[in-house]
Amino acid sequence: MPSLGADMDYGTLVEWMVKPGDRVRRGDIIALVETDKGLIEIEVFDDGVIESLLAEPGTELAVGAVMATIGQEGQAAAAETPAKAEPPAPREPIPREKAPPPPSPPPPAPARAPRIPPGVAPPGGGARPRVSPLARRRAAELNVDLATVIAGEGNVIRVADVENTAAARGVPKPAAAREAALPAVPPPAAPPAPGERAAQKTVEERTAAMRRAIATAMTRAKREIPHYYLETHIDLGGALAWLAEENRKRPVTERLLHSVLLVKAVALAARAAPEMNGFWIDGEFRPSEHVHVGMAISLRKGGLVAPALHDADRKPLGELMKEILDVTNRARTGVLRSSEIADATITVTNLGDQGVESVFGVIHPPQVALVGFGKMVERPWASGGMLGVRPVISATLSADHRASDGHCGGRFLAAIDGLLQEPEKL
Amino acid sequence: MTLETTPALPPRDHALRLLREMLRIRRFEEKCVELYSAAKIRGFLHVYIGEEAVAVGVMQALVPEDAVVATYREHGHALARGLSARSIMAEMFGKLEGCSRGRGGSMHLFDKATRFYGGNAIVGGGLPLAVGLALADKMQGRSRVTACFFGEGAVAEGEFHESMNLAALWDLPVLFLCENNLYAMGTALGRSESETDLVLKAATFQMPAWPVDGMDVLAVERAARRAVEGARAGGGPCFLELRTFRFRAHSMFDPELYRDKREVEEWKKRDPIPALAGALKKAGLIAEADLERMEGEIAAEVADAVAFAEAGSLEPVEELERFVYSEVSPR
Amino acid sequence: MSALGGAVPAAAAKVRVTYREAMRAAIREALERDPRVFLMGEDVGRYGGCFAVSKGLLDEFGPERIRDTPLSESAFVGAGIGAALGGMRPIVEIMTVNFSLLALDQIVNNAATILHMSGGQFNIPLVIRMTTGAGRQLAAQHSHSLEGWYAHIPGIRVLAPATLEDARGMLWTALENPDPVLIFEHGTLYAMEGELAADAGAVEIDHAAIRRSGTDVSLITYGGTLPKTLKAAEELALEGIEAEVIDLRTLRPLDADPIVQSVSRTHRAVIVDEGWKSGSLSAEITARIVESAFYELDAPVERVCSAEVPMPYAKHLEEAALPQVPRIVAAAIRVMGEHG
Repeated sequence: MPSLGADMDYGTLVEWMVKPGDRVRRGDIIALVETDKGLIEIEVFDDGVIESLLAEPGTELAVGAVMATIGQEGQAAAAETPAKAEPPAPREPIPREKAPPPPSPPPPAPARAPRIPPGVAPPGGGARPRVSPLARRRAAELNVDLATVIAGEGNVIRVADVENTAAARGVPKPAAAREAALPAVPPPAAPPAPGERAAQKTVEERTAAMRRAIATAMTRAKREIPHYYLETHIDLGGALAWLAEENRKRPVTERLLHSVLLVKAVALAARAAPEMNGFWIDGEFRPSEHVHVGMAISLRKGGLVAPALHDADRKPLGELMKEILDVTNRARTGVLRSSEIADATITVTNLGDQGVESVFGVIHPPQVALVGFGKMVERPWASGGMLGVRPVISATLSADHRASDGHCGGRFLAAIDGLLQEPEKL
Repeated sequence: MTLETTPALPPRDHALRLLREMLRIRRFEEKCVELYSAAKIRGFLHVYIGEEAVAVGVMQALVPEDAVVATYREHGHALARGLSARSIMAEMFGKLEGCSRGRGGSMHLFDKATRFYGGNAIVGGGLPLAVGLALADKMQGRSRVTACFFGEGAVAEGEFHESMNLAALWDLPVLFLCENNLYAMGTALGRSESETDLVLKAATFQMPAWPVDGMDVLAVERAARRAVEGARAGGGPCFLELRTFRFRAHSMFDPELYRDKREVEEWKKRDPIPALAGALKKAGLIAEADLERMEGEIAAEVADAVAFAEAGSLEPVEELERFVYSEVSPR
Repeated sequence: MSALGGAVPAAAAKVRVTYREAMRAAIREALERDPRVFLMGEDVGRYGGCFAVSKGLLDEFGPERIRDTPLSESAFVGAGIGAALGGMRPIVEIMTVNFSLLALDQIVNNAATILHMSGGQFNIPLVIRMTTGAGRQLAAQHSHSLEGWYAHIPGIRVLAPATLEDARGMLWTALENPDPVLIFEHGTLYAMEGELAADAGAVEIDHAAIRRSGTDVSLITYGGTLPKTLKAAEELALEGIEAEVIDLRTLRPLDADPIVQSVSRTHRAVIVDEGWKSGSLSAEITARIVESAFYELDAPVERVCSAEVPMPYAKHLEEAALPQVPRIVAAAIRVMGEHG
């Protein structure tokens, strides 16, 4: 069936003017076809002999369908098969290989200082997420501080992010007679429900909401961040010995726990490994000038927060210890500052007291690394050709393969190990 | 075809009327020049001075039911067709009392009562309109004609050729009235047309076409009557080349670098107004006193028009967005 | 709002028609009902219409009312204006929007302006129909979508019938309208087939229509891209995204209220427009959304338009240049804030 017009898709065969065995010459009319524009005579473009007629009069055929075949008498081509468009060549699937390591990250010195109005503390080292107009409006309605909202895809805070945060926190003192938010997904074709007064939410409801928020964040992290995992075991014997000696010199209230050594070691190692310390935003890694170590703290009724210890690399151990205690306490009583919630540039999770030997955690976006510590275990240890028993801790790294690779990760863990072997320098 | 020239004088009343109409246009246009220089009239101003015989002569052959399509140099046509001096002047002052409510200005005079369809600023843009008006008359079995005025510059536009062809093909009652004043703005005819014989050009469309002395109002009238008669009788379109000259520049902003002062002076000797006045005086049909009285009445009419325009009102700005769509649904 | 524009009897008989047949029926009805109506254009008579819309009408109504014109777009469009001024109700058919460029002077300088320039004295009850759009490998000079350009001009109305009901029903209403109306028929819609009420008639021409209700994202389109947009909505539904599809129907004046209301419900908008993106109608709609529904937006407005290139001939290039279902789906997923 030939194409007789750009808008012709079908034609109906009305009548054959030839029969099998007829000799035809170029230009002969061999059929009548009915189209939208009327009856059209179909001519052949070859010389030959009609071999077979493949369509019955009265049938509708698509342009390109074979109607008849013409046998060779010189030319080979069948009469009425116009060149069909080649199907486009299938696209080569892009191989899902590991992304090549990014070019060496820019030096920690600020390449582009964010414009900060005077008098406002700069956000902790990373770019602030953008906020959709709807989200901003909803945050105002719900009294949610946008700095406490975890941004979604593309480092944008959308209304769902605000609503999840509000649900997790409970709405603080609402104004009189103020209507609460729309549900996150309104029922189809129904006007928005008036919403309940969130101020009276029970602890169970708040916990459940927080779990939902965590679920969302973790799902997104797992879906979007290409994690890789490394583990090493660190001999803490030297560090613990030093710690015991240190604590003898300190009043009871200022005694140090081994966790502060871990945090400080991670902070110093992160300072030296910028690809571990910063944010993945809008398709690129932005290293942070500061090292704010987030400490994962589990909450009694369930749930998790990871408030930041600001500039952990610069603080002496005593000060850092105080902060850890203070923040842990306030986390458990629910009185954290927004900057503590938002600013962590790398997170540490320490499940040692849960009895877990090693933990491979999920990175908290937009960060690019999470260090996990397990419980201290007495293990046989070979050192200097001698076998002994040492207190060993598993140190793991979950890292974002877009920002770093195993080589960097390995170096980073090795650095932590090295630092913990010289605790007096922490 | 020989140039149509002065026939015998018509009856006195009619002759006086012709003279009066031309003088009225002349004085009105002179006043416009003055007012433009005083910035009362703005935008573009194209005056008809020197060409009055064409509009006045042609209008004699039309009846009120006929239609007129003109160009941006249309004050004379509007006056001769029957728009009041007041409404035209007010229009140019941008006043609500103007024939187009101040929305059109000098180049867009429209009047429903006299079937005056502008006032078109695009050279050649009115010709298809005229073809359509004539088509409507023919399809509705009416014996109306459409007089379409345009300058010789329009002959270069595609729309001229398309419209002439269509009108001839469909036998439409259009009078294609080409006012050849030899200059399309600053371009002389010989510099823009490979074939400057416009009658010859028009005749190739298979319609009657002949040249007319556009400085002679009697010749124009006679030619127009013949053309209208033919069209109204179902003879299809015809083309008249009315040879005329504008004594002033194309518009107010024109230093006239493109033509010689001597040429202008030569044409001024053929000014249609003194030509007719002189002929009437010589024939004893008119005396100096009659002329003075005529001038006096015209001056009063023009002054009245100016006063009317000055006193006119401005359309409220709140009404700016009217007349984009019709406000009443005609059926 | 019923797509038929009026009350539909409960058990109306239906007929199976194509878009082109519906348009033909509309023209026939107009010719029968009003003796002032006539059709004028290139090849509308003997040839039966370049897209066969007017096939058979010459035999039925004769050469006075079905007038073949010479290839003189400016003259016959201007003549349509003049005939409308003179008391007729012409339907001028410009073969395609590509050729309408030759008549731009008459449309923009006369049809759109005479009512205004005359201070309201002369209205022009003219209908101009044109075929528009790409998708049939007709290359750069025969593939324009310039509805958005025309929608820029005050003084004319611009319609884009995308359904059988609108093809059947917009023409009469346009003819009754006292002002110039341009009707754009996308070339790929002529063969579209479906069911139409046997007594289908005139529809209103002032409002957009919601062709599919949804809660998650508003897909806004007109004309030839409506079928693709509806298809995209079906695919999105499989991903759990319920899209609301709005058919603009009238491009000038634009019925912005349903758009704003829809976006206020869904908080996300994707506009599908076959014009080139820059300075297109989609830009105007985006502006309207930003002006009236900014605080409802949870994501930037996305646009799926033609690539900024003269339309190429090769099939794969043309397909890549035009809005297609996968691009519409991808845009909707992006505005949902999901990893696309």
